[in-house]
Amino acid sequence: MTTTISGWGNYPRQESQCTTPPNAALLRSTVIQEGSFIARGMGRSYGDSASANKVLGTTCCNHFIYFDEHTGKLTAESGITLREILTVIVPKGWFLPVTPGTSYVTLGGAIASDVHGKNHHIAGTFGQHVTALNLVLGTGEFLTASKHENADLFYATCGGMGLTGIIISATIQLIPIRSSFINQKTIKADCIEAACEAFIENNNTTYSVAWIDCLAKGRNLGRSVLMLGEHAKEGGLEIELKEPIAIPFNVPSALLNSMTMKTFNTIYWHKATDKPHNAVPLMPYFYPLDAIGNWNRIYGKAGFLQFQCVLPKSDGVANMRKLLTEVSNSGEGSFLAVLKQFGKANDNLLSFPTEGYTLALDFKLNASTIQTVKSLEAMVVSMGGRIYLTKDAVMQETTFKATYLNWEKFEAVREKYGAIGKFSSAQSKRLGLA
Amino acid sequence: MKKVLIIGATSAIAEHCGRIWATRGDELYLVARNEVHLQTIAADYEVRGASSVAINCVNLNELDRHVDLLESAENAMNGVDVVLIAYGTLSNQKECELSVEETLAEIQTNALSTISLLTLIANRFEAKKSGTICVMSSVAGDRGRASNYVYGSAKAMVTAFTSGLRQRLHKSNVTVVTIKPGFVDTPMTSEFKKGFLWVKPYVVAASIVQAINKNRAEIYVPSFWWLIMLCVKLTPSIVFKKMKM
Repeated sequence: MTTTISGWGNYPRQESQCTTPPNAALLRSTVIQEGSFIARGMGRSYGDSASANKVLGTTCCNHFIYFDEHTGKLTAESGITLREILTVIVPKGWFLPVTPGTSYVTLGGAIASDVHGKNHHIAGTFGQHVTALNLVLGTGEFLTASKHENADLFYATCGGMGLTGIIISATIQLIPIRSSFINQKTIKADCIEAACEAFIENNNTTYSVAWIDCLAKGRNLGRSVLMLGEHAKEGGLEIELKEPIAIPFNVPSALLNSMTMKTFNTIYWHKATDKPHNAVPLMPYFYPLDAIGNWNRIYGKAGFLQFQCVLPKSDGVANMRKLLTEVSNSGEGSFLAVLKQFGKANDNLLSFPTEGYTLALDFKLNASTIQTVKSLEAMVVSMGGRIYLTKDAVMQETTFKATYLNWEKFEAVREKYGAIGKFSSAQSKRLGLA
Repeated sequence: MKKVLIIGATSAIAEHCGRIWATRGDELYLVARNEVHLQTIAADYEVRGASSVAINCVNLNELDRHVDLLESAENAMNGVDVVLIAYGTLSNQKECELSVEETLAEIQTNALSTISLLTLIANRFEAKKSGTICVMSSVAGDRGRASNYVYGSAKAMVTAFTSGLRQRLHKSNVTVVTIKPGFVDTPMTSEFKKGFLWVKPYVVAASIVQAINKNRAEIYVPSFWWLIMLCVKLTPSIVFKKMKM
């Protein structure tokens, strides 16, 4: 059946033949049919990485397989959401080793994007906590990959954007918790230099992330509110899941303009105060936007582009100032801008994080947006940084190949395991992958 | 903690009901045709918190296996409190029109085999003076329409049968719940174009579990289907016969 699909940014849209097989066996029999596919879970990557002419939905393969409550090893099918995993593991005293900013992503998606969280500087990416995964290859063969078995396939699949095969199930190592609360500490930093300084000072804190006012200029440029967190030791292990408030329609785009966003950001900045400690439940701490279903609709019918880059640690602060100057001069930045310090890179071939600073912003789509993003892209390349594939919808092939230096190794692994010609997305074609 | 027998446990709606019961810590006995699929679901329920899960592979069109099936479930869980009957096939109307065999086979699966099970379960629950029987019927059974009247008439039989059963068993403290789902986005309906009336199976499942908890009689899920079907039923035949639905 043909439907119109897009990523979370509602841009670009495309006609696609989508099937969601009810189980892994039928998923396999679809893969061996004619044509090339891309796996799609919750559709939460922002651009076109889960879009293709033929899409294979994984959301019916959403079963738990095994959970060892004593060791914290969890095996589940790839279409299960992190949200569902949390309902089972938190009451038993376990938590995800790494979590992105929404719980509405699938396990398979988290691995394919090799997602990172507020603890990247300490825990690395999601893929680093995967002990094994099972894939359906382009040949229809089921294969297990881990750091010890078919390791080349494993390092290509974690962060491999679904281009090596379809992840059927995975085993992850959870982390123990004693409470479902987070002790949160808030620090205000009045410019980008102070914000980066604060990250370094708090390098030992488990979770750290900053909301950044990307519209502030001059001496306020890069003013940020740092939110630090540690797992609490008390408060019980209950987890409360609220159904999100729905935004039933696209918000008229005129409502979100540089004036309203500037006002929002200014109020947000002045409302924030330095707070030593307050305990907040897990869900609103890690997933504040999950409280609103379809928050992507606030950007109107045209959709939005998300831009996330990482800049290397050396000259990182000075470069970040240059980048932010460009953003604030464009006047197009949004209120959902995030700054974070990354720890060391890992061995996955296409994994995004490298040591330095990462900045993520949304741009409501209009005539000049793509140009703005392209000029930021050029700056990032010249600064030795790169752009997160999961958020990307417009990156050029030359940028990709100049910044993801392992792309040829990645292609060799795809060749070896029969993925070429079987798995491709609109993004992989744009980026010049076979 | 309840002892729940799910017949047609691999149907998407039944599976999501089972997830709610498993999370609650119930004992579950699952019946369906596909063994691999049943094993997958059983493992899932165990992780979610079910206190026990057993499976039984049966083709429910083999009516002579029904007694044995019910006995095995009772033995495995030491009794049964709730039965959910949720299996069925969505008939291909066009093929049925061309084939008597096809039509009767659909009625066999969607009505007669269910009625066999209902008769046996009703007598067992009547004797022990407790229990809840929940059956998936359909809005399609409210009035036959050209596009799916074979499926619809089978479901009409299930609706009428459970209505009578409900009256009969009321004095024996046995509840009969008839569920009439509208459009549900499941593998069974994967070929349909989905509009705003479509809901996800976990939404329907939550309503079903609630209807069972509250001893409801006959419910539409989502509830707005009550109004839609009222209009469908009230349309005069002289108009209805000319409509395309």
